[in-house]
Amino acid sequence: MEKIVFSILRYDPEKDKKPHYQDFDVEIRRPGMMILDGLNQIRWEQDGTLAYRRSCREGVCGSDGVNVNGVNMLTCVTHITEVVKKGRLVIQPLPSLPLVKDLVVDLDDFFNKYFTVKPYLISKTPPPHRERLQSPAQRKKLDGLYECILCACCSSSCPSYWANPEYLGPSAMLNVARFVEDSRDDGADERLDMLEDRIGVWRCHTILNCVEACPKSLNPTQAIATLKKLLVQRRF
Amino acid sequence: MAIKSDIIVHRVDALVAGAGGAGLRAALEAGKQVDTAVITQVFPTRSHTVSAQGGIGASLGNVEQDSWHYHMFDTVKGSDWLGDQDAIEFMCREAPSVVIELEHMGLPFSRMDDGRIYQRAFGGHTSKYGTAAVHRSCAAADRTGHAMLHTLFEECLRCGVKFYNEYYMLQLITNQGHVCGALCWDMIKGGFHLFHAKATLFATGGYARVFTTTSNAHICSGDGASLALRAGLAVQDMEFLQFHPTGILGAGNLITEGVRGEGGFLLNALGQRFMETCAPHEKDLACRDVVSRGIAEELRGGRGCGPKKDHVLLQIHHIGAETIMERLPGIWELTKVFAGVDCTKEPIPVVPTAHYSMGGIPTNRRAEVVVPGADGPETVVPGFYAAGEAACASVHGANRLGTNSLLDLMVFGREGGRRMAQYAQQNETWPDLPENAGKQGLAEVERLVNGGGGVRLGPLMEQLRDDMERHCGVFRTADDLEQLRGKLAAHRAAYAKVGVADKGAAYNLDLIEALELGHMLDVCQAICQGALARQESRGGHYRDDYPQRDDANWHKHTLALLEPDGQARLEYKPVRMQPLSVPTIDLAERKY
Ligand SMILES: Cc1cc2nc3c(=O)[nH]c(=O)nc-3n(C[C@H](O)[C@H](O)[C@H](O)COP(=O)(O)OP(=O)(O)OC[C@H]3O[C@@H](n4cnc5c(N)ncnc54)[C@H](O)[C@@H]3O)c2cc1C
Ligand code: SF4
Ligand code: SF4
Ligand code: FES
Repeated sequence: MEKIVFSILRYDPEKDKKPHYQDFDVEIRRPGMMILDGLNQIRWEQDGTLAYRRSCREGVCGSDGVNVNGVNMLTCVTHITEVVKKGRLVIQPLPSLPLVKDLVVDLDDFFNKYFTVKPYLISKTPPPHRERLQSPAQRKKLDGLYECILCACCSSSCPSYWANPEYLGPSAMLNVARFVEDSRDDGADERLDMLEDRIGVWRCHTILNCVEACPKSLNPTQAIATLKKLLVQRRF
Repeated sequence: MAIKSDIIVHRVDALVAGAGGAGLRAALEAGKQVDTAVITQVFPTRSHTVSAQGGIGASLGNVEQDSWHYHMFDTVKGSDWLGDQDAIEFMCREAPSVVIELEHMGLPFSRMDDGRIYQRAFGGHTSKYGTAAVHRSCAAADRTGHAMLHTLFEECLRCGVKFYNEYYMLQLITNQGHVCGALCWDMIKGGFHLFHAKATLFATGGYARVFTTTSNAHICSGDGASLALRAGLAVQDMEFLQFHPTGILGAGNLITEGVRGEGGFLLNALGQRFMETCAPHEKDLACRDVVSRGIAEELRGGRGCGPKKDHVLLQIHHIGAETIMERLPGIWELTKVFAGVDCTKEPIPVVPTAHYSMGGIPTNRRAEVVVPGADGPETVVPGFYAAGEAACASVHGANRLGTNSLLDLMVFGREGGRRMAQYAQQNETWPDLPENAGKQGLAEVERLVNGGGGVRLGPLMEQLRDDMERHCGVFRTADDLEQLRGKLAAHRAAYAKVGVADKGAAYNLDLIEALELGHMLDVCQAICQGALARQESRGGHYRDDYPQRDDANWHKHTLALLEPDGQARLEYKPVRMQPLSVPTIDLAERKY
């Protein structure tokens, strides 16, 4: 049976001073095995102490972003064969985030930034008796924005996010755009005010790592560009 | 060892366990009025509700005339008359209002040309009492669950609901018949936390993970049902598990019924649309149990596709790539990744997949948990509520209609939240905690971590799920179920020897999975014994040796309780046939 080496960054806060790599052999037992299947195989059969997050196993819950051979991705929807290099996968936690254990990182900062941008509909008129109307064209503007699964693959690949602890990062800003673009929302001003700050859009240098990293094929850079444009328009 | 046995106590008015659609809707409602905390094993937007695809049912009538009466009729018939008609009436009447509420919160529904919410056809949903198909499912493309869960979480953030994320619940705390909170484990740092609450609501989701081929997430292990059982309470109708007709071959991941709602159909190896024979009237959009059996019959009859004749094909490409990419973009992605198929060009290989738990913790239509009364009518367990897939209201009876789960979450989540707030406000003081509160849950963690048995949990879990699939699937027999019962006893014995390899406090996934395996064993026991006892076929429970529905003997709900030796004790209670305001929908033959 074909074997692939999973070289995994291990870290146990109760035992290790610093992280180190450990190699495991994963057997390819059926076609279409995902990286998550390999991690499960290791934990169930070889080493029960391996820690990682997962839940939906189909790319919609955003639990299992990790860095494989240098690129951020979800383990549950990435075929081993797709990314394997010379029989080997090097698996690390998402970069730049504090470690909890092995592949599990502390996402508090990531979520706090998301919470900061008021990621909810702000409506200043009382709701009608029935649904608010929204044309298919207006609704279409939300495509590519509302599908974010908060996996942090983008933000943790962004050099500006690494360099500036205050920078909101691509995911939070994509979520700003999700509401600013919603025809039912009246909160654009409050949100844009926040982005004028040094922690906002001007820290994005269009390096595009985030676009490459997003497993849902979303485009945070474009969302940020839209916000920049709105900010500029607002000044005049 | 690194695990400390101190318990930190938190006092809250209302405690919600679970942050899926049901939990968040409840928290939102309770949180408006009383101090509310939510505990959840995963970050809220990672809950299983995020996977829901096809939509939420409500008789908005945006496409053609519709009414809650029709919706109610379909739900009762879909349930094979095992659903409680008062709860069903309540749910169908409330449906339009909960959907409009979600829209007002900002849920990005797909839209019709005139700007109203887009609705699609779904199995078993008809107008005018079964005469024509109706567009009732309110959808956000094929990502309705994601849109719903994120919208509810956003609304909770706005309202300042308190979250304890990645807290795993270990024990339901009761004292003299009152529920007074839950013991939890902080998964990130380690450590025990006891939430002392006036009102506690379980919204912990379903148990379909106990089968190998499943559409469910890793965490759907029936923890709520199991914890209720361990606290001496009953669970209801556990043998009714829904097999969804269209799971991706090999992976089990779901292909929404919305695909057939948009015009897709099933084909066998001979290229025949076999559902035309199985359900001449509603064909591919008959109820799920009917279509699943239709497929399973094709496979049994040797008409399956592929070299192993182990699947059928679901065709959708005839509706055109553009429509598919607009209405079913998530399905396109899933089939690409999990089946290697481009569904805008070729059909999708599918098999029935374990999908939804009709059974759960019994409640009345107010989301209050009930137990059989000492002599006759059931009584409410003070301070205890349940909603969503963890509960059994029972609105789905023997078979759930597609789109009625998301609806159930919203209606009974909201109702449960309201009732909790009311109860907490009426009771100024907290119910006393029992002596050594939480001792059981704490001892279990210590036993698993310290009692270094040699059995590894992974292979045991896989074996358990395989056995459930083999002996308790779409078709069941006494013989199979007897065998399963024996195997379950052996698995339970093996479980006592499971050792957790990880001894640490920080993110101990091995410990969590060991606890989940314990819950799965409880749930499987109730499923197996309930199925063995029920000598009839109804909805999702089909007995090859008793192929008919038997109303004279079996028109009743199963209640299962857990005995100290791990066996289930079964009791029964009547189906509530009296709706709130309309005449009873009388028992009738169920044809599609
Ligand atoms: C692929 C798929 C598609 C579906 N599509 C539809 C659809 O289109 N329409 C429809 O109506 N229904 C659909 N369903 C069904 C529906 O999605 C589910 O029944 C529903 O989402 C369940 O929601 P819930 O709130 O009850 O529980 P869940 O969303 O499962 O949430 C359970 C919560 O409980 C928590 N929890 C569980 N155990 C513990 C514990 N021990 N300690 C702490 N927390 C715990 C979890 O962290 C989670 O937050 C679909 C299901 C699947 C699998
Ligand atoms: S484009 Fe902007 S947000 Fe994206 S990685 Fe680059 S700097 Fe970060
Ligand atoms: S934008 Fe993409 S990568 Fe970033 S959090 Fe959302 S889904 Fe993940
Ligand atoms: S496990 Fe949910 S996205 Fe991978």
